[in-house]
Amino acid sequence: MTTTEERANPIGFGRMTRKEDARFVRGRGNYVDDVRLPGMLYGAVLRSPYAHARIVSIDTSGAEAHPKVRAVVTGQTLEGLNLAWMPTLSHDVQAVLATDKVRFQGQEVAFVVAEDRYAARDALELIDVEYEPLPVVVDALRALDPDAAVIRDDVEGRTDNRIFDWEAGDAARTDEVFAGAEVVVTQDMLYPRVHPAPLETCGAVADFDKVTGKLTIWTTTQAPHAHRTIYAMVAGLPEHKIRVISPDIGGGFGNKVGIYPGYVCAVVGSILTGKPVKWVEDRSENLMSTSFARDYHMHGEIAATRDGKILGVRVKVIADHGAFNSTAQPTKFPAGFFHVFTGSYDLAAAHCEVTGVYTNKAPGGVAYACSFRITEAVYLVERMVDMLAAELGRDAGELRLANLLRPEQFPYTCATGWEYDSGDYPRALEKAMEIAGYAELRAEQAAKRERGELMGIGISFFTEAVGAGPRKHMDILGLGMADGAELRVHPTGKAVLRISVQTQGQGHETTFAQIVAEELGIPPEDVDVVHGDTDQTPFGLGTYGSRSTPVSGAATAVVARRVRDRARIVASAMLEVAPEDLEWEKGRWFVAGDPGQGRTIQEIALAAHSSLELPEGVEGHLDATCVYNPPNLTFPFGAYICVVDVDPGTGQVKVRRFIAVDDCGVRINPMIVEGQVHGGLADGVGMALMQGIAFDEDGNCLGASFMDYLLPTSLECPSWELGETVTPSPHHPLGAKGVGESATVGSPPAVVNAVIDALAPFGVRHADMPLTPANVWRTIQGRPFRTDLAIS
Amino acid sequence: MKITVTVNGQEYTSEVEPRLLLVHYLRDQLGLTGTHWGCDTSNCGACVVWMDDTPVKSCTVLAAMADGRTVRTVEGLERESGLDPVQQGFTNCHGLQCGFCTPGMMLTSRWLLDHVPDPSEEQIREAISGQICRCTGYENIVRSVRWAAEHPATEEATAQ
Amino acid sequence: MQVPAQFDYARATSVADALALLARYGPESRVVAGGHSLIPMMKLRLAQPEVLIDINDLTELARITLEGTDLVIGAMTRHAELLDSALVREHFQILGDAERVIADPIVRNRGTVGGSLCQADPSEDLSAAFGALRATAVIQGPEGTRTVPIREFHTGPYETVVGPGEILVEVRVPIRPGGGSSYQKVERRAGDWAVAAAGAAVWLDDSGSTVTEVGIGLTAVGSAHFVASAAEDFLRGAPATDESFAQAGRIAAENCHPNADQRGPVDYKRHLAGELTTRALSRAAARARGQEG
Repeated sequence: MTTTEERANPIGFGRMTRKEDARFVRGRGNYVDDVRLPGMLYGAVLRSPYAHARIVSIDTSGAEAHPKVRAVVTGQTLEGLNLAWMPTLSHDVQAVLATDKVRFQGQEVAFVVAEDRYAARDALELIDVEYEPLPVVVDALRALDPDAAVIRDDVEGRTDNRIFDWEAGDAARTDEVFAGAEVVVTQDMLYPRVHPAPLETCGAVADFDKVTGKLTIWTTTQAPHAHRTIYAMVAGLPEHKIRVISPDIGGGFGNKVGIYPGYVCAVVGSILTGKPVKWVEDRSENLMSTSFARDYHMHGEIAATRDGKILGVRVKVIADHGAFNSTAQPTKFPAGFFHVFTGSYDLAAAHCEVTGVYTNKAPGGVAYACSFRITEAVYLVERMVDMLAAELGRDAGELRLANLLRPEQFPYTCATGWEYDSGDYPRALEKAMEIAGYAELRAEQAAKRERGELMGIGISFFTEAVGAGPRKHMDILGLGMADGAELRVHPTGKAVLRISVQTQGQGHETTFAQIVAEELGIPPEDVDVVHGDTDQTPFGLGTYGSRSTPVSGAATAVVARRVRDRARIVASAMLEVAPEDLEWEKGRWFVAGDPGQGRTIQEIALAAHSSLELPEGVEGHLDATCVYNPPNLTFPFGAYICVVDVDPGTGQVKVRRFIAVDDCGVRINPMIVEGQVHGGLADGVGMALMQGIAFDEDGNCLGASFMDYLLPTSLECPSWELGETVTPSPHHPLGAKGVGESATVGSPPAVVNAVIDALAPFGVRHADMPLTPANVWRTIQGRPFRTDLAIS
Repeated sequence: MKITVTVNGQEYTSEVEPRLLLVHYLRDQLGLTGTHWGCDTSNCGACVVWMDDTPVKSCTVLAAMADGRTVRTVEGLERESGLDPVQQGFTNCHGLQCGFCTPGMMLTSRWLLDHVPDPSEEQIREAISGQICRCTGYENIVRSVRWAAEHPATEEATAQ
Repeated sequence: MQVPAQFDYARATSVADALALLARYGPESRVVAGGHSLIPMMKLRLAQPEVLIDINDLTELARITLEGTDLVIGAMTRHAELLDSALVREHFQILGDAERVIADPIVRNRGTVGGSLCQADPSEDLSAAFGALRATAVIQGPEGTRTVPIREFHTGPYETVVGPGEILVEVRVPIRPGGGSSYQKVERRAGDWAVAAAGAAVWLDDSGSTVTEVGIGLTAVGSAHFVASAAEDFLRGAPATDESFAQAGRIAAENCHPNADQRGPVDYKRHLAGELTTRALSRAAARARGQEG
């Protein structure tokens, strides 16, 4: 047996390289487009060139005559199957293929199934659609105008584009606080529409077996079980006859939570042709039609005393949900967790009103590593705090330190009702300022300002709320947000863990094996993690909202502890002592007071399958299952500092340094945690500086390729400087909190605050993302433009 | 039309449409699915392979253009003696998460190290700047390439 | 995934062969070199040639040489080769500056000088750089070769004087002593097309105080033939001072015609035309004086 010192991998938590990498570095990953089945056909979607138009006619005869085409599906075909519309994750409906009219540019109109993907693409050219263009609603701020075209006239009685009005917090108390405040700062700001743009686009291979009635779908999904249930609801197929397989996923970031029309079309194509059908969207399709995020037009207000005590925050939002309300978020929360905009501060009162509206844009609203709109919430409050600091003439770091929640206030219930589990906020911010050399940076900035050079230092402090969630409060389409886990320990002591969450790069095969290792002492390489196949794994809602570790990680800890409890009984039979006389050390039960007398988990596993006589009422084997229903969310937090240089002559921004101190509770694999943070920081730089999807007055999407929708490269990203503090979650079995989205949530305001700080000599107080060179230059000129509309 | 391409040292003769893109030839016709595609517009670099010892974006090269030439893909990185140092570096330094950009990143890295054995961080960042990674924020990719630079393969491993 | 419509493919073995293929297949045929402009357009089906004539085997066109007082750059020279060329760096830093910010390293391995010029994208960088250098295009057709000043090469966006049966074979850049050059570009992100860019080549008198000759190229701002001739006229014979360069920038800005797009509004692009012209001139002059690399 190898000793711990000689081992490359820890038995439990700690840094270890990833088990999944062996296949990825050899090009042996298996993504959806790698799936090839005998007789497989290929689908392609015809999309609308118009943002809003009535469909007069669709002539598919040309495509049908193509020698390689096997089927052409339109909305009319689907109506016959009762599949033309499908439910969204927010209790709306969305057209699978348009029947009456198209409502955004890029909407699905027809689906061709052909013998190869080139022929399928060719056949799209042979479909003749006649459209009658209609007035377009592009500007969310005008969507409720009395003369705005009604987009969703498919819903009987609908006379406007209002989806919902929702509020949180105590309006009267907040008004009172604001009325009595010495200082109130107000600002309109837009968190613009962005797209997650995973490098792998969305797709599916559907294989319907007419004989067995079984439908197997390989698909890009972050939530295979939820998809299975929704397919059952949409297609009317019995759920036990549906198998969803999520193979390797080339990044998700929220883009792969929902069900897209293309998936349903692939299923229909397979049913119609009796052959497997593959559909994989191209990049433009991905950017034009799948889950966008943000698009929050916010009117923020912050109230404080003259000496800098923050009292309250008030915000009104127009939320642009596009043509169908297809956001994925817990049913009770139409604005997600936006009402955590109280942030990291002890406020006397807070209130928000959110109005959701339809526009002629792709459906979406919540996707992209946002933790159910905490991204918008953190951006709002952190921008408002910076503006307050400017108003008061206070240092932004010092003002935050004076107002952050104190460690002794936890658990803390915020003004809008969230119970923050644990935290030591000042420690995290002080650490970030120390790594940054904050005082020196401010001195350098002052010297540069003297010379007319623009340097900015931006801080953000965020509190995340992840791990949705407690079942009584949180469900999606009626499915409670709990997750299952099953753990089998084979006779030789090797284990197989089956989980309901689905990695898109987060490294579940490694970290979840480490959880089992930590709890049972079985080396992680002896634990196989099975996921992404609904026929092989227990039900659960999948990976998004940074919920894998908080929910499924907890499930894994609990199920491992159940195995450990069973092992104790077996060990007691082996050692002929009472179970309560045994003590556990990692990997072994031993007799209390006699450490030499013990049995390893491997020995116990073999005995559990042997003829050993077990106490009455105790079954053999060690296998266990569990479902974890989290008692609360977990609340990771962090302090970020960004340093930028701005060229006043061109408006170009260079991110020189980025310091991130994250506290996500106990870290299972610090290497993976740091990797998650790195990626989120790059995301933040991208959203703050370059990613943006505007629409022109006709509703044309102006960010429909990677030539127009710019993602950060290695040259825009600095070498990240990370720090950490560890404040365990008191209610999570491992003390872990989740980290997947922390950096995406926390970094944009740090970058924007830095740029605005750099522009302070020009009296600039705010500018909307993305802070492109043109936007920065125009802001310096005092003539900013709207970043959600075409530049004119 | 008929083309003959030597991929990872093995010669393939295939009947293809002139319009077939190299990335589809490799993936669909030869079954070498380690090469990915991500954007159609030669912006993302998921499809990077070597053609005649130079990294190219195979979504913007016709299979016909590879006729008579050599191609190296991620499947051709590993040697009999073990992983290429770049593959080992990406593993050791957590240079990948979802793995989708990884084949292209590694092929560019291998090419860089063949020409600049001891690259600076800046040189590495420049070399991979035409390739998008959505997961790593590039930090650990840079470290992976540095690791590979510091652990060059033995002569036995690089000889082929 | 986006895929091109059907076409026939022929691979040329020589310039003569390429011309013969063009003659045989007629106006619906297109020459393809690196393909990084044409193939994406074909994938979007914005271009649907019936025949592609691949000239990647024409290594005779992939050369960078000195001929008399000309630097000769073959049309099949890859961007990466131009960037790496010591000969180019020695004589025309503007070309290295421009190449460093054209697309990305992998695309530069494939894309060619001739392809970029013939694509004639208004945001393409080499047109302005060669314009500043007053290069000459050498075009070969069935009747033989002809030369066209690069400042007469472009006839409009995506249009050049290269006829249907012709190919661009090389670009010749006159080498004259006493000069320095620079290219300055603003892009939203590495690898993006220019929001605006300016290239300048400056020749100074022996004392380094007077501009004896100057070329200014502008990218992506709707300047005729990619050059700022009014600014050049102002500067020729003027003192080589910051004030002159700033004034030349102002003139360049006044005389360009940018369009608004998501890279920026008209006023910003106009501002950049001026700002970058001034910066490029200052840098070029400093280099002419041997003051900086």
